[in-house]
Amino acid sequence: MYPRQFEYSAPASLDEALAALANNPAAKVMSGGMSLIPMMKLRLFSPAVVVDIGKIGGLDSIEDRGDHLAIGALVRHVATANSPLVQQYAAALAKAASLTGDPQVRNQGTTCGAIAHADLAADQTAAVLALGATMVAKSTGGTREIAAADFFVDTLTCALQPDEILVELLVPKAGAGEGSAYTKLGRRGGESDYAVAGAAAWVRKTNGSVDAARVALTGVGSKAVLAAAVGDALVGSDGSATAIEAASAHAAEGVNVLEDLHGSVEYKTHLAKVYVQRALTAALT
Amino acid sequence: MEVSLTVNGQAVTSEVEARTLLVHLLRENLGLTGTHVGCETGYCGACTVHVDGTPVKSCTMLAAQVEGAEVTTVEGLANGELHPVQEGFWERHGLQCGYCTPGMIMTAAGMLADNDNPSEDEIRHGIEGNLCRCTGYHNIVRAIEYAAAKMRGDEPAAPDWEVV
Repeated sequence: MYPRQFEYSAPASLDEALAALANNPAAKVMSGGMSLIPMMKLRLFSPAVVVDIGKIGGLDSIEDRGDHLAIGALVRHVATANSPLVQQYAAALAKAASLTGDPQVRNQGTTCGAIAHADLAADQTAAVLALGATMVAKSTGGTREIAAADFFVDTLTCALQPDEILVELLVPKAGAGEGSAYTKLGRRGGESDYAVAGAAAWVRKTNGSVDAARVALTGVGSKAVLAAAVGDALVGSDGSATAIEAASAHAAEGVNVLEDLHGSVEYKTHLAKVYVQRALTAALT
Repeated sequence: MEVSLTVNGQAVTSEVEARTLLVHLLRENLGLTGTHVGCETGYCGACTVHVDGTPVKSCTMLAAQVEGAEVTTVEGLANGELHPVQEGFWERHGLQCGYCTPGMIMTAAGMLADNDNPSEDEIRHGIEGNLCRCTGYHNIVRAIEYAAAKMRGDEPAAPDWEVV
């Protein structure tokens, strides 16, 4: 299975890559290629030009910048998953990266690539929503920051413009009393494969009570979404098992749950509650 | 376009199209048919090779992406004698039809290079990206356990069929 023919370039610098995108409205950015290449092979998508950013130096680091971590465009899933910094300060993202794809996919695919791809059942999309991360997009016209909450537009559609590259992901570092977690049911059972349903949770506790919480769902609708009603219900509580259960009941509130091959609306609504409860429990532990 | 890379220790240059996949470069241009093409969608792992020492799926990479890289295929794994993983698959009958075997072996070799003492659970999750349609996973896991023991310098456990 070959993709349709296309023009390939592998610029050595970010500036060259941005110029290539600016000059070719039909160009598509590729980092690891773990989603793009299968789509091209299946001919679901046939870009005229592929700009491979994989040869650009300096984009593969995870940096501690004080109050946040910066994850570069070419940081592989395996690097995100195994990073002591991500594990300590953004546990939901490390966990979501560790459950993305399979070992070979994690060796080649990138965190930023998966986020920009915006699959409706991806793992790290939910994690960045719950963690309140920020995407840094660059084009020849400049740099802009996009909040995770504004980033996921629809299935396979994010807020990036065709001439922009997601150059890094900024994740706030968990401080005292803060915790995050990600849990899911995979399509192949357990936690394997894309999420039938998955939930990421971030919670902050001050003086024994929850004063901030953000929960996000993946796999249950057309895109990863914030389950805002859960956070609202949990804030002000003591974060006990009872409070978590009560808040989790709001998991699908305001969320457009959709049926797919892997489950009915009723089933996915049920899973949303179950996995939100598990994610909150883990985040508060 | 031309790509230049190292395959199993030998420098090669080959003429490819932009859309040529790494697995086709290996099989069709270089005649290394040990790497198999299975599902074509990135699920089955039969095409697994090492790029710069890391297991990846060669049907889901462009040949152009490996410009300058070091690629190892199943043909390049033995070094005068069988790699411990190859020996394990031989000794513990880690195959039935054999179609998934090259990919399983390359994935296992990569896994054991990082951790030569994996639990059974870690082995099973480690081969999550490789499908065996004969469902011969049991002996594949035993084969990898055999290889891990060998790599640690331990005596491999007796084969299941000798345990009563």
